[in-house]
Amino acid sequence: MINFDNIRKDFPILDSKVNGQNLIYFDNAATSQKPKKVIDSISDYYTNYNSNVHRGVHTLSMKATDAYEEGRNKVAKLINAPTDCIIWTRNTTESLNLIATSWAINNISEDNNIIITNAEHHSNLVTWQQVSKKTGCELRFLDITDGFNINELKNIFDVNTSLISITHMSNVLGYVIPIEQITELISGTNTKIIVDGAQSVPHMPVDVSDLDIDFLTFSAHKMMGPTGIGVLYGKKELLLDMQPFLFGGDMIIEVSYDDAKWNQLPYKFEAGTPNIADAIATGVAADYLSNIGMENIWNHELELSKYALNKFSSYDKFTVLGDNFSHLRGGVISFIHDKIHPHDIGTFLDQKGIAIRTGHHCAMPLIRSYDTSAAARISFYIYNSIEEIDSFFEALNEVEEYFS
Amino acid sequence: MNMGGLSGLDDLNEMYESIILDHYRNPRKSEKIENSDFEINVNNPFCGDELFIQLKINEGIVDDLSISGNGCAISQSSGSLLAESIQNLNKDQILILITNVRKMMKDEDISEEDRDSLGDIEALEGVKKFPVRIKCALLGWAGLEDLIKDKMTS
Ligand SMILES: Cc1ncc(COP(=O)(O)O)c(C=O)c1O
Repeated sequence: MINFDNIRKDFPILDSKVNGQNLIYFDNAATSQKPKKVIDSISDYYTNYNSNVHRGVHTLSMKATDAYEEGRNKVAKLINAPTDCIIWTRNTTESLNLIATSWAINNISEDNNIIITNAEHHSNLVTWQQVSKKTGCELRFLDITDGFNINELKNIFDVNTSLISITHMSNVLGYVIPIEQITELISGTNTKIIVDGAQSVPHMPVDVSDLDIDFLTFSAHKMMGPTGIGVLYGKKELLLDMQPFLFGGDMIIEVSYDDAKWNQLPYKFEAGTPNIADAIATGVAADYLSNIGMENIWNHELELSKYALNKFSSYDKFTVLGDNFSHLRGGVISFIHDKIHPHDIGTFLDQKGIAIRTGHHCAMPLIRSYDTSAAARISFYIYNSIEEIDSFFEALNEVEEYFS
Repeated sequence: MNMGGLSGLDDLNEMYESIILDHYRNPRKSEKIENSDFEINVNNPFCGDELFIQLKINEGIVDDLSISGNGCAISQSSGSLLAESIQNLNKDQILILITNVRKMMKDEDISEEDRDSLGDIEALEGVKKFPVRIKCALLGWAGLEDLIKDKMTS
């Protein structure tokens, strides 16, 4: 059994007061809170063994290198990937851009098409718009407003589909996409699949070998790790074939005045001094998650999500975006009110110590399709509770009274 | 740790003053007018506040106007307060009013007299405590400034 009270104690910030009220943090899809262990690991590195990696024979440098690579190992273990297929980036966005620059531009032509959904984060939309403009390929959209349907994907998928890039869990609608249905569809074809795991890796078991996907992208800051570091997983044969993303130190094995040879994986993609402290801390975060168990985290969040969705269904004036009950949904719930603007809701709740997100959630076209330009969103993590959801709904009742 | 004021709800009530909520619920001059002389659509794409301003000018002064839109209580009530305050003013008078509104919202020095000239608009002052919302309060005013600077002659 997991002890939720103990988990909460691991997060110093959850003890704070905001506007005189106990903090209820429901903005986890934007970024998660960090356990003390993660925070401490950063200061431990800078205090006790700060040094550059891969460059020195001295003790501190070796210690830093070991810790940095240990971070990579831990992340690899979390998603069941070979360690040398884990590339450190700045975040999900950079991971996606890396694939676009190093793989897509060189492998996609105007006869091809790329499929994404209508609910992608801007990072998984704008990037492919640009690839489409540069290569002349067609960008096709799978509509998942009412949920993912493999038959609709089959309708737009063809032999010229080079790439399907899809979120594993929508940061607006909360839907979980059954990736295995897509990998089954494309198995034996030349189509590659990118899974945007920004919202899934932090919250559920994700096994890249089981899923048999080509690429996975995610950000440490949404999985209890620090900001400024993210991960790209790629299948080895693809990564070996791809061109480097950035050029400079560390990514080379041999340099002359005329030319250079690229380093082995994963260093080929890691030019310059990396984000050492945050790589170490990301490993600590990965371990923290594994210790609780991804299955446990997921089940807890499913329970919270169901509970909140049920509560929402008794309100006439609040509408939850997306289908409430017939699709698998994680702990992300976006909602609008038929009169009250999300900003007013957000400001009111903030005064009650409840942090929620309001705005377009980096998915402008999707939000606009609901005839609004902003929505409010709550999103959960393992440290959130049913009691917090009850407090949220009490505050929501007050919002309705206050503004109507 | 403690963040934000201790009296969250007091701050809230200061921002959402009864005048503000009244203007939000019953926006003034929101009926669109025909044959307007100038009009402008202003919006803030990040939060989706939008206002549509129409002016009818006669001999250099605002003869009639309309402001309608969609968005949060602050942007919409601010638009309504604006609608109530510029009728019969000329370009220079409106520009002075806009300057004074900005001064109040940005907590700059403002004379007693200028402050008095704001009338009900002063109700917007509570928004100051919520810096991210100041742009909501100024949306209509900024739009009006663009419109008359471009189009209205002094
Ligand atoms: C589904 C999804 N993809 C991508 C991103 C981008 O992540 P980052 O801003 O860390 O690059 C996010 C973050 O909001 C997200 O929710």
